[in-house]
Amino acid sequence: NLSVMAQGQTLTGLVKEVDGTPLPGVTVQIKGTNRGTQTNADGVYQLTNVEPNATLVFSFIGKTPQEAVANGRSTIDVVLADDSKSLTEVVVVGYGTQRRKDLTGSIAAISSEEFQKGNVVTPEQLIAGKLSGVQITPPSGQPGGGSTIRIRGGSSLNASNDPLVVIDGLPVDNSGISGASNPLSLINPQDIETFTVLKDASAAAIYGARAANGVILITTKRGQQGDQLRINASVLGSVSVNSKLVPVLSADQFTTFVNTYGTAAQKALLGPANTNWQKEIYHPAFSVDANVSASGTYRKMPYRVSLGYLDQNGVLKTSNFQRVSAAVSATPRFFQDHLKVDINLKGSIINNTFADQGAIGSAIAFDPTQPVYSGQERAFGGYFEWLDGNNPNTSAPRNPVGLLNQRSDKTTVNRSIGNVAFDYKFHFLPELRANLNLGYDISSSSGLNFVPASAASLFNQGGQNNESSQSRTNKTLEFYLNYAKDLKAIRSRVDVTGGYSYQDFIRDNPSYPTRRADNTEFAPAGTPFKTQYTLLAFFGRANYTFNEKYTLTATLRRDATSRFSPENRWGWFPSAGLAWSLKDEPFLKGVTALSALKLRVGYGVTGQQDFGAVLSDYPYLPRYTLSDPTAQYQFGNAYYRTLRAEGYDANIKWEETQAINAAVDYAFFDGRISGSIDVYQKKTKDLLSVIPVAAGSNLTNQLLTNVGNLENKGIEFTLNTNPIRREGLNLDVNFNITYNENKITNLTKVPTPNDPGILTGDNISGGTGNKVQIHTVGFPTNAFYVYRQVYDESGKPIEGVYQDLNGDGKFTIEDRYRYKSPNPKLFLGFTSQLTYGRFSAGFVLRGNVGNYVYNNVRSSTGTRTGLLNVQGAPYLRNGSTEVLTSGFVGGSDQYLSDYYLENASFLRMDNVNVGYDFGRVFGKSSSLRATANVQNAFVITKYQGLDPEISGGIDNNFYPRPRIFSLGLNANF
Amino acid sequence: VSVYKDPANYKPVLAKLYGMLSLTGQQGPSGKPDLGIIDEGASSYLRQYWMAQELPTDEAVIGWNDGSIKDYHNMNWTSGNEFVRAMYDRIFVLVTSCNEFIRETSDAKLAERGISGQAAADAKAYRAEARFLRALAYSHALDLFGGNVPFVTEADAVGAFLPKQTNKQDLFAYIESELKAIETDLAAPRAGEYGRADKAAAWTLLAKVYLNAQVYTGTARWNDVVTYTNKVIAANAYTLEPNYQNLFLADNNNSREIIFPITFDGTRTKTYGGTTFLVHAPVGGKMNKDDFGINGGWAGLRTTKAFVSQYEDPSGKTDKRAMFFTDGQNLDINDIATFTEGYAITKYKNVTSAGVKGSDQAGDFVDTDFPMFRLADVYLMYAEAVVRGGTGGDQTTALGYVNQIRQRAGAANVTALTPDFILSERARELYWEANRRTDLIRYGRFTTATYLWPWKGGVKDGRAVEDFRNIYPIPASDRIANPTLTQNPGY
Repeated sequence: NLSVMAQGQTLTGLVKEVDGTPLPGVTVQIKGTNRGTQTNADGVYQLTNVEPNATLVFSFIGKTPQEAVANGRSTIDVVLADDSKSLTEVVVVGYGTQRRKDLTGSIAAISSEEFQKGNVVTPEQLIAGKLSGVQITPPSGQPGGGSTIRIRGGSSLNASNDPLVVIDGLPVDNSGISGASNPLSLINPQDIETFTVLKDASAAAIYGARAANGVILITTKRGQQGDQLRINASVLGSVSVNSKLVPVLSADQFTTFVNTYGTAAQKALLGPANTNWQKEIYHPAFSVDANVSASGTYRKMPYRVSLGYLDQNGVLKTSNFQRVSAAVSATPRFFQDHLKVDINLKGSIINNTFADQGAIGSAIAFDPTQPVYSGQERAFGGYFEWLDGNNPNTSAPRNPVGLLNQRSDKTTVNRSIGNVAFDYKFHFLPELRANLNLGYDISSSSGLNFVPASAASLFNQGGQNNESSQSRTNKTLEFYLNYAKDLKAIRSRVDVTGGYSYQDFIRDNPSYPTRRADNTEFAPAGTPFKTQYTLLAFFGRANYTFNEKYTLTATLRRDATSRFSPENRWGWFPSAGLAWSLKDEPFLKGVTALSALKLRVGYGVTGQQDFGAVLSDYPYLPRYTLSDPTAQYQFGNAYYRTLRAEGYDANIKWEETQAINAAVDYAFFDGRISGSIDVYQKKTKDLLSVIPVAAGSNLTNQLLTNVGNLENKGIEFTLNTNPIRREGLNLDVNFNITYNENKITNLTKVPTPNDPGILTGDNISGGTGNKVQIHTVGFPTNAFYVYRQVYDESGKPIEGVYQDLNGDGKFTIEDRYRYKSPNPKLFLGFTSQLTYGRFSAGFVLRGNVGNYVYNNVRSSTGTRTGLLNVQGAPYLRNGSTEVLTSGFVGGSDQYLSDYYLENASFLRMDNVNVGYDFGRVFGKSSSLRATANVQNAFVITKYQGLDPEISGGIDNNFYPRPRIFSLGLNANF
Repeated sequence: VSVYKDPANYKPVLAKLYGMLSLTGQQGPSGKPDLGIIDEGASSYLRQYWMAQELPTDEAVIGWNDGSIKDYHNMNWTSGNEFVRAMYDRIFVLVTSCNEFIRETSDAKLAERGISGQAAADAKAYRAEARFLRALAYSHALDLFGGNVPFVTEADAVGAFLPKQTNKQDLFAYIESELKAIETDLAAPRAGEYGRADKAAAWTLLAKVYLNAQVYTGTARWNDVVTYTNKVIAANAYTLEPNYQNLFLADNNNSREIIFPITFDGTRTKTYGGTTFLVHAPVGGKMNKDDFGINGGWAGLRTTKAFVSQYEDPSGKTDKRAMFFTDGQNLDINDIATFTEGYAITKYKNVTSAGVKGSDQAGDFVDTDFPMFRLADVYLMYAEAVVRGGTGGDQTTALGYVNQIRQRAGAANVTALTPDFILSERARELYWEANRRTDLIRYGRFTTATYLWPWKGGVKDGRAVEDFRNIYPIPASDRIANPTLTQNPGY
């Protein structure tokens, strides 16, 4: 409209702060258009061609936005007030909240808008790839599987490396319960509002002995004061497809192979079929995730109730995960808001159906020339099986389809977490609060694992019908006093907290007999197991801010655990942190491009006592263990259940991690570029390690004791950018990268220069008891420990020939060397979200660099003898196409060759999503949104196996992570 | 420790000490293991002892890829060998467990707890048996590791300390004095419960230690061998099992020949070590699992041609002890990893003398007990001692004992005895019973070129290896945990 354009005039003005100083960098935008400008260094702006009735919008980070109607004026001056909301923007920290501005520690917070989208089943997957320093290795394809979470590398060897998880102020039990692969899988991700990760010790030390591996604080969604009733309903439908199969010989290749290398008897075993066993065990799997929640205010009491239902099928046939979850929260207030009560109740029921994952390995190893069904309906359920006489051949693989279909392994897990927190603001002294938090975390599981008598897998036993159950009862009581006051006269703010914590953990594992399919007893029940431990703590924190520029935080915690003797059970865990807001110094005030600059340094000591129930809750006490009825000893005609004296270390005590952190938080251009750089070092001493004891000194050959030192150091870099920020169009691009170096610095009580170290990691498949990983001083934890393969001129590995690395002229096990580790040196996340009108689109890319994986599928199935078993009753075995590549005969030490060690660096498109907002289709305050997602869209890697991201670093019959396509609808009323 | 307040707990603790020879942990067949680091099934005391005694000899090869297991037959083990280490760890866990029990059942402690009468008498007998088991473990330390091992007794409480290393002379003297000291407290031969050590078990162990005294201490003790074998024989409690095969079957607990067994049961004493290993591991190729009372073989153990040729007639027709399975098996071994190379051996089975399969319906675990000490061995020790000049016995009696053994096997009588003949007869009679390495060392044939067998020293025709391999190295792991220990020479 030319005539309108012509009527426009030039408009200028000055933007000032409340105290009158000009404010540079303020965005001035003409409302409803894409047009706008920024104030210059003097706080002055100029806009041309402004309609007389136009509205200007003034915005600046940390200030309340203001609108002004031109009304034909040519000059409009504006004063922008501090945005009280952003200034008081608070971050959840341990035992309370803190103003973001006052943070001294390394704390990363992420809220629901930024979570990963799609078919997200367990909470930690919401933040995968989103935060620097936080490495989340997603679960395998098993439905409901749990991720491995590592914050700034693991600080322990044998004790837990999992962070402490605190849900709505309640520290929860991190150890799993049978039937739920991850304790977090019982929480509905849809109920979560924010994740806050306390990464460095100065932030985490308030949790003392439980914080050595960082702390994850989860707050769930709740109703807000004064909210109208709002109902949110969402449904997400997904289909998962298997994206990759292990390369094995086809029926044709296999036939050729057997005819080339096999004996006459083996050739005679070849069958007429052409079966792709891996295709037989996987299928596209459908999942539904439906959630409904209502929130509002009932008689001034904010509340929220939610109900979720998830039905997830796995790509491996017969695996399924169902979860019904409910959550209720209410926040009534009393005495003119002096008493706030925060009630949270969560409950979930999981029905987990586990597939027999042995089928994954069997599908690789099963002869592709054999049919799925034998044609004889009565034998082994009709499945083709390798026999020895009339019984299944115990050394041959079992029919993979039979393994899946002839097992019903179901577990039901119930869990309820609840807490009620009373927060009382004293009438006579409103700056003082008392907070009492009472909570429980109860879970129980019961399962039944049935295999029919006809199944080949347990044919000799007569099938099985085994019960199992477990329960956990954890109780928490925490109390603290908090005093927070602005002392304007001395330009200071103080925030002091002191409290007490009590937690009790009871685990109960009853034992059941092994039963055959017909429910008769095959073996009697073992010894039931019940154990308990208690943690006590006193803690305090002082936070002092001067002139809004300098902040000092100091914490001190004194912890006790019943797991150590009375002499050793108390430990001190102090921390201190300093922050300096450089931007608030006069010399930077005028630098307009810089919107924030803060330096932080912190130091803290955290502890560790969580070594799991396996190593007993009473490691300092002499104790005797009763044997099961299957481990008796015969005297005369009687059998005795025996009593074994256990090894113990009476002096066992805390593992201690000292950490330092130095960081810069920055923001430029009105916050359009922001981020932080953190440098950290964590040193763990008195590691709770299981190490060999001097023979003769104790009742076992290895013992949990305090030995060794471990170091993690690294750099984290976060960059958040907002290159386009206009009405109706917004683009966020975020990047984070973490470098972590992990090294064992000591492993023995007495310094020993030639200590080879302690073999570790899971046994590999192939041989018995073979390990390819080791803890050694001077190397990362779980470094691979292998022979160095020798190759011929054409680059082909020469079987059984390895370098004589110790140069003694002989090839012995001492010629192994330490090479790489499963831990990535670098891990990064790259995410972007675009909003254009009603459309939105985004992605999450995640990558690791320098992580290595031992490809156990290649090593254990890719040899000639692996395929042509000639040892016992005859059968054939398929395997990795590796057998054609290396041509290894096998039966040598090939398992321990570095030939099978692969660089598993990768870049994964975790998530690509698009969404469309239909707007108010149901009325004034409603909304409707549709989304489409692809998860695990692609992986770029040189790794030859199914997936380069293998927690622990040994790839052995991994349940493949599927590619998931989802469509979702989300409605608000 | 409160467990000792109730004398009813003493027998279960004692049962554990014995059980440490057979079981691997408190949960059968695996779980709650006694030892860490090694695969639990392989951590069995008996399995490790058997492997250390048999795999480096002409009697056995194994075709598996379990860590450094091949180093045994190749005779190139190092101080990092996990099987050597597992054996060593087993010995010391048994020693310290015995020490704990001996300490807690001292007369003073019993009195302190008010335990008297029959309960105190029983406790005293149990304590003597714990001392026997400790002496047995130390005798293995002497034999396998040359006695240069950490030495602890009930005087050394459990804790974090560095035990001092002893030597072969002192350890020999200790074992000897312990076995003599407990003689009176042990039950008379076959008077106690089956499975428990009695006087005859202590005498047999003494005889075995004396038999090898020249190796252990440099001083031969043939007279003492004769004395203690005579004690066993004179007790008149043992007779040769009429049918040789029955000694190695599921109901061998009925045998009157076995002096000290390590017991197993397919449903109540389940383990992957011990005789479950000895029954499953030699079955493969064309062997029929049903003949062995199991659900399938593990296709690992066979023997070499050198051992087969110890029999003039290996067919079994003229010597029933020659129990070879030859169908589809090559006599020669070109590749140890291939089960069909080398004759298989059918000695241990999980069927009873009546041909009935053992008690485990699934066929995994066996009922067969391991005959740790038996009369035929005592006869042969007597004969060897006499032939080598021991006094207190005579050649005629010795010849009579040897011929009794041969007659049972259906073999022809011999008319004269030589040391070499006895070594060979021991092989024929006692093969795969964990004696061979000790016997070959006593005859100077373990490392030397005097006697070669296929793949000795890792070459097909066999070769001599360094003499230091007559004893095993102190595991590197323990020299790190206890830096005061010195390594055996050569390693």
